[in-house]
Amino acid sequence: MSPADTIAQPALWPLSLIVFLPALVAAVMALPVIPKAREELIRWITLATTIAVFVLSLWMAWPTLFGAVGPAQFTVGEAGMQAVVKRPWIPAFNIDYLLGVDGISMPLVVLTTFLSVLACGASWPITKHVKAYHVLFLLLETGMLGVFVSLDFFLFYVFWEVMLLPMYFLIGIWGGPRREYAAIKFFLYTLFGSVLMLLAILMLYFTSDLRSLSPEQLVASHVVSPALDAAGQADAVAVIRSAKGPIHTFNLLALAQLGQLPNSPFAAVNLWGMSLETWAFLLLLIGFVIKVPVVPVHTWLPDAHVEAPTPISMILAGVLLKLGGYGILRICYPICPGAGLSLAWLVCGLGVVSMVYGAFAALAQKDFKRMVAYSSVSHMGYVMLGLGVWSATAGNEFRWDAWAQGVNGAMFQMLAHGISSAGMFFMVGVLYDRVHHRNLEECGGIFNRMPVYSGLAVALFFAGLGLPGLCGFIGEVLVTLSSWNYSRVLAVISAFTVILTAAYILWAIQRVYLGGEYKGPHGDHLTPITGRELAIATPLVFLAILFGVAPQLIFNYVTPSVNRQVETLADWTRDIGGKPPQPVAGGPVPAEVTGVR
Amino acid sequence: MDLGSLLTGAISDTLDVSLPLFRVELTLAATIVLVLLCRMLPVLRRLDSGLVALGGVAFALWYAWCDLRGLPGAPWPALAAAAVPASRELFGGLLIFDPLTAFIRFLLAGFLVLYIPFTKISGIPDREDGADFYTLVLGASLGMCLMASSNHLLMLFMAVEMASVPSYALVGILKGRKASSEAALKYAVYGAGAAGVMLYGISLLAGVLGTCHFPSMAAELGSVVGESPDSFYAAESAGPIMVLALGSLMLAAGLAFKLSAVPFHFWCPDVFEGAAAEVGGFLSVASKAAAVAVALRVAFGLGWLGGEEMAGASALGLADVRHFAVYLIGLMAAVTCTLGNLAAYGQTNMKRLLAYSTIAHAGYLLMGVAAAVALRGVDPEGCRRAVAAIAFYLGTYVFMNLGAFALVAVLRNRLRSEEIAAYAGLVRTSPGLVVAAAAVLVSLIGLPPLAGFVSKFLVFASIVEAIAVAAERPLMLVLLVVGGINTVISLFYYLRVLKVMTFDPPPEDYIATPSAVWLPGALITALVVPVVVLGVFWSGLYAYAQLAGTFAS
Repeated sequence: MSPADTIAQPALWPLSLIVFLPALVAAVMALPVIPKAREELIRWITLATTIAVFVLSLWMAWPTLFGAVGPAQFTVGEAGMQAVVKRPWIPAFNIDYLLGVDGISMPLVVLTTFLSVLACGASWPITKHVKAYHVLFLLLETGMLGVFVSLDFFLFYVFWEVMLLPMYFLIGIWGGPRREYAAIKFFLYTLFGSVLMLLAILMLYFTSDLRSLSPEQLVASHVVSPALDAAGQADAVAVIRSAKGPIHTFNLLALAQLGQLPNSPFAAVNLWGMSLETWAFLLLLIGFVIKVPVVPVHTWLPDAHVEAPTPISMILAGVLLKLGGYGILRICYPICPGAGLSLAWLVCGLGVVSMVYGAFAALAQKDFKRMVAYSSVSHMGYVMLGLGVWSATAGNEFRWDAWAQGVNGAMFQMLAHGISSAGMFFMVGVLYDRVHHRNLEECGGIFNRMPVYSGLAVALFFAGLGLPGLCGFIGEVLVTLSSWNYSRVLAVISAFTVILTAAYILWAIQRVYLGGEYKGPHGDHLTPITGRELAIATPLVFLAILFGVAPQLIFNYVTPSVNRQVETLADWTRDIGGKPPQPVAGGPVPAEVTGVR
Repeated sequence: MDLGSLLTGAISDTLDVSLPLFRVELTLAATIVLVLLCRMLPVLRRLDSGLVALGGVAFALWYAWCDLRGLPGAPWPALAAAAVPASRELFGGLLIFDPLTAFIRFLLAGFLVLYIPFTKISGIPDREDGADFYTLVLGASLGMCLMASSNHLLMLFMAVEMASVPSYALVGILKGRKASSEAALKYAVYGAGAAGVMLYGISLLAGVLGTCHFPSMAAELGSVVGESPDSFYAAESAGPIMVLALGSLMLAAGLAFKLSAVPFHFWCPDVFEGAAAEVGGFLSVASKAAAVAVALRVAFGLGWLGGEEMAGASALGLADVRHFAVYLIGLMAAVTCTLGNLAAYGQTNMKRLLAYSTIAHAGYLLMGVAAAVALRGVDPEGCRRAVAAIAFYLGTYVFMNLGAFALVAVLRNRLRSEEIAAYAGLVRTSPGLVVAAAAVLVSLIGLPPLAGFVSKFLVFASIVEAIAVAAERPLMLVLLVVGGINTVISLFYYLRVLKVMTFDPPPEDYIATPSAVWLPGALITALVVPVVVLGVFWSGLYAYAQLAGTFAS
């Protein structure tokens, strides 16, 4: 550990700043240095912070925009972890401050920073306790970014939980009439999932042993820093491999390497008739799918969305739901591949059920925001399906390309949904700010009164619908295509769901924007869209179109990392002969160890 | 051996070995005498007894720190102090000095250094009662130090009584308050009952085993249990085994009373509600730390023998003893935790809610104790980690719970109420206090990045480690599930307090009693900042907790 301290880590400050700058500003703002009454100043400081973080993340993700590529910046097209930062944190438990980005996390980081800027702009109408709101908002941003960049499971969990409390207060204080119910429901659901996740983390930690990894694997997983010279690496490896007792680890990359060993330690332990791997996979999966969310643990989402203020809905739909998908992709599959293979039907099934249920539920809604919330459930179902299609065993060919198509589609769908759903929620919020109701039945004719707004809104709703040429189309079509290789039934169902999606979105557009004249309450408040609202909506519409016609902008980042992971796992499937490893019957524990006669 | 050499031996043992390692307790005793003297002499009567007590306690803290630093293997060699032995029996085996003793003493002394300023700031006791109050607090603390270091059942009983009797009086310190006197009476009656049961249990154990000295008891216990036939119901074995089981259950009942573990928790909510918040803080933190240390002492003292003595039937017998202890402690932990959390739901009084929270946390701590005992014979390293987890938990608990009670006291002075409903809309008038309350309560839930999360993480980690090495696996799985579910359900009532403080509108007739802001603010800050800092940078405290864990070697 000691030589690693001295290695230059060029990404230490940029990456740490991206994560902690919001929290730092929040801490300073919470002190009484800025009077509460200076609301305008507080808003501008927050906006400046989110913009600074966005620019910083863009500097990292898109170096060519800023000139030459520095060592701390992201190289597009490279599959592995980049800009890795490692500092010992709690040596007693081998916990590191380990950050890094790859093609999967980098676009999500940029999406988060980007949506934070827009959500901050959308927070201008908030007039209640402005200071507290912005402090919590910034803390939330730190939590979200931390989850995407941490590569240490303990650190990941800390950030995962850090998000909860700000979110609870943001919904509970600034939300709608049933805000308290929605806030506690959100908190309880998520905490339940996280406790399960904590148990899985501990199980994996105590079963892991770094000594079973080869020197190359130790270097590849950044347990031994690749920046060390050959002699330094050899020394560090020797220290690990000559240890007397097992060396446990929270390093996500190392856990993945361990999970994919032919004699994975996680598959060997038997607990109540299932391997520890399966238990861990299930516990983690429950934790993540609550966040996604999938049916039947989705019920917090409509409540939270409906009650949350507009900017928080944007963050919820745009970023928080993606954390679940990201967790499944980054943690569940690589660490527990055997369980992933044998439970692929579960993940895909949950995805399809959410897809169909969400779409039907959206059709039935009278509340505009609730309808958009259920559309999120339906759209995230595609993500689950895309992640789950473990089609590497199809026909015993062990080809990875069809599965990679699904995972790439799922990643694209996450990013596209981040843009379209945040946009839809914002558009609903703009309308709500004027007429103070969201009843689909009492709208109509908005197009005549607010033409610019309606045009932008319809564009975003079409993006959500999945109209070719807009961002929602690419992900859905890739997922549907790839699921054909896994299960034709699921593919057919997911293709037909598009019709349901079209139905509820077109019906909503018809009821809200079309029609002769507006008949609902507060008709005289239907003023044209303001400059601030335009500044938030336009980038979203622009990106929805841009990613629809030039999806390679995203795929350039995503595909190398996704393909590598899928290829590795497909090879792993081939090596084990396409059948998940079974735990040793009866468990490996000799009776005399328990010390009980 | 004639009487003369026996006497010389005892004198040299006392003067050369025992007393130097007993200086923390001696300092506390001297402080008590000083506080009492100050009241008797007219010249010194104007001296504030709180300051005298604080001075004495600071000395005790310094000595405790030196003892902790002097232990072999203490972290950060740069701070080294005069070396002390790693483990030494004092006063002919009545007490033991080892890393656990040193750690708990340091914790208690550190607690007192925080606690006395807290009572001065919050204004209970008043100047008249000061000397009484601090004498009682120091006396009880002295008893708790003895509890943590006891190595003999008689000493243990006396230490428990020494800690309990002043506590009864402390609960009634609010003179003229009916609730306070009632709580004191209830506590005293309940405590007397528990003490009687415990003493009876001790005499049963002593009667069968012929000794009260832990290592001798363990040796006897090993052979008695180990040589008895396998079948529990066999007629010839039932006698001594039954008596031993009954005796240890009675002993456990007495300790469970100190821990406020279910089903001996009934005093806790009433006492906490009736007593001043300051007293509640003392009972909830210091008393808990000492009781957990005693639980560890008894379980380890009776269930393990060092070195070569562990062999054959004796070793198997002690494994059975540990098995019994793990199930006893583990089941009590599961029930305590669940009942504490469920009962906290309906509370409307903040002190009562904290009482149930204390009960629930006793459950989490006992889970750690169960894991530590389970790991004892299987994985010594893991066992040390489990003890370290408990020590760390106690260390963070000082700040979390004292912080919570300090908030109750400060808010009582400001709002003249301890009802949760009275906190409505507090965020409008005292945002700082609400932020502090959020930190403390969320830490009690166990969410990162606060100290309570790390404690809970460590305890759960020990349980999982026990599962991983298959030490009492079924029970440990149950504990893990129960602990996880309890964490989720505890969320609701802690958050309810925060909800009232932030979401609810302030009452119409809201009048805050104007009170000084600086001192309470500084106090709360001093208690809450460690809750946050220890949640992120916990390596330092954990290193000392690990040191405490080495007592199980």
